[in-house]
Amino acid sequence: MAEKKKKLLQGNEACVEGALYAGCRFYAGYPITPSTEIMEGMSVRLPKLGGKFIQMEDEIGGIAAALGGSLAGLKSMTATSGPGFSLKQECIGYACLTEIPLVIVDVMRGGPSTGYPTGPSQSDIMQAKWGTHGDHPVIALTPSTVPEILTETIRAFNLAEQFRTPVMVLYDEILGHMREPVTIPNPGEFAVEDRAKPEVKPEDYYPYDDKFLIAPLAPFGSGYRFHVTGLNHKQDGFPTNDSKVIRENNLRIMRKVDINRETIWKNEEVMLDDAEVVIFTVGSTARSARFAVNELRKVGVKAGLLRPLTIWPFPDRAVAEISSRVKAIIVPELNLGQMTLEVERVAKGRCAVEGLYRVDGEPITPSQIFHEVRKYL
Amino acid sequence: MATLKELSKQQELLSGGHRLCSGCGIPPIVRLILRAANGPVVATTATGCLEVGTTIYPYTAWRIPWIHSAFENAAATISGIESAYRSLKKQGKLPGGDKDIKFVAFGGDGGTYDIGIQALSGALERGHNFLYVCYDNGAYMNTGIQRSSATPMLSNTTTSPAGKVIPGKQQWRKDLTRIVAAHNIPYAAQASPHNWADLSKKAEKAMKVNGPAFMNVMSPCPLGWYTKPEDSIKLAKLSVDTCYWPLYEIEDGVLKITYKPKEKKPLAEWLKPQGRFKHLFKPENANLLEEFQKRIDMEWQRLLDLDGKRL
Repeated sequence: MAEKKKKLLQGNEACVEGALYAGCRFYAGYPITPSTEIMEGMSVRLPKLGGKFIQMEDEIGGIAAALGGSLAGLKSMTATSGPGFSLKQECIGYACLTEIPLVIVDVMRGGPSTGYPTGPSQSDIMQAKWGTHGDHPVIALTPSTVPEILTETIRAFNLAEQFRTPVMVLYDEILGHMREPVTIPNPGEFAVEDRAKPEVKPEDYYPYDDKFLIAPLAPFGSGYRFHVTGLNHKQDGFPTNDSKVIRENNLRIMRKVDINRETIWKNEEVMLDDAEVVIFTVGSTARSARFAVNELRKVGVKAGLLRPLTIWPFPDRAVAEISSRVKAIIVPELNLGQMTLEVERVAKGRCAVEGLYRVDGEPITPSQIFHEVRKYL
Repeated sequence: MATLKELSKQQELLSGGHRLCSGCGIPPIVRLILRAANGPVVATTATGCLEVGTTIYPYTAWRIPWIHSAFENAAATISGIESAYRSLKKQGKLPGGDKDIKFVAFGGDGGTYDIGIQALSGALERGHNFLYVCYDNGAYMNTGIQRSSATPMLSNTTTSPAGKVIPGKQQWRKDLTRIVAAHNIPYAAQASPHNWADLSKKAEKAMKVNGPAFMNVMSPCPLGWYTKPEDSIKLAKLSVDTCYWPLYEIEDGVLKITYKPKEKKPLAEWLKPQGRFKHLFKPENANLLEEFQKRIDMEWQRLLDLDGKRL
């Protein structure tokens, strides 16, 4: 086996490594702090791999071109931050309905509006879920370290390809710009999934074939001619007013993610077995939480950490299980309670749920979490 | 037009103490434009260097009502302000009665040529009485030097990196001044801060016309051009003397070149001091330099052919 390459990488650079490893060969985007290094990296790396990098005229163009790239058969990605993520929302809904695999990286910054471009934030947890209109499936991943940005970006591509749906990677400015040692994986070390290709003749092909939960997607130009529209459509892709078909299709796109939750969920559990108070958090905040848990254990407090790497679909089962056996779940987040709402929904009053929020552009410190937990014991 | 002495006695509407880089072309441009208002003036600014560099709390460099909305919509925001002003004035509800207020929108090349062009085009078509000023430094400098559609061909930027195979940006820049003029607005011009008299005269005309006016102004950027701050004005002058950035205006559809260099300088004189074109001076890239020069000659000739003509 080839010797592994260890590099000191910035989070945004690790994202580029992960994307290229997963087979991303098309990137279209627009400059926006604190995500721009992803695009800069892609502009250097993709042409050398025979891929295509395009800087577009705005954020909407960035995601729209990536949709086109994916339909043409290349694994495609765009990256942005809060305000740009807002501009992309219409196309995210389009990708959900038309079932186009795509990875959208959102390096979160303080909001609303231009907000605080150079400070960390987790203000897009709910934007990722509800930013576009209508009910739609959402898969969003939340890495917490620079090496994890690499591996979760690979996972994002795999999930997008498997489920024919846009997948988001959410991390904050701290992770985007901090540097940590990263081992670049060798080929074959991580599974790389490709979308299913049609096995029928072009004349028998339907892009939304109702024989499948997730129909194979033929690349444009491969001889399989089909229709793609953001209107509600039949299995052949053409618009329809048939209420039964509309209903079935709306339910199916939700179902394809819903019934596969078990394989999409991914949690890290730290000292949960005997925990009396559990911290539930993601991203850079989870780093403070991990430190706080260790300090709490040193003073005899039975604290634990539940850290989802998949925030959408929300880890209902893990939270429900924990809530039935602990005194409290503390939810530190760099917003005003977006994840807390979900934890409350799932805990259904079985334990106390308390948010710990910060929206001043600074990270939540371990000592803030330490003191919050101690309130419950 | 005001004399230099008169201009020097006016209060700066964009004060000193801002955080724009030393050698940045933006402050002299904004000051000359605002002076031409010669009365109350309201400004909007797109996201970019000018916005970030002049307004970090608790300080502001603006001595006028000023608003930043977002990256793509400075022209739309000024449209709303200008329309409300006209409505209030008509209703007799404007404090100060019939005061003649000027409206100016500022944007960089990213916020104007790229993400902001839709809002700009809409405002021009609707015919709001305002002046849009683009400070064109040829890239997204605020986010760290990414190419824009104003970036000169063959520039090395962080998203059009010059390497062994691809020698920087591959596309020719968008001719925004002519695109704007194609909206048949009363006044559009190109200017440069080294020629303050020409810039001021154009700004005064632009403020006086009834309807939309547009100015595209060359704005040197030591950070993105990899040049010395003290060379900025010299480089602005060279961009004009090499005919990369011709000074002209289109007034009621008639194009007029407002400055013709006595001796047109070779383009290399403007390119060479700039780090972003360093790779063009390697012997193997001589042909690229030649092509660049040819294209500039062609564009200049096209402009000369149109000089004095109704478009």
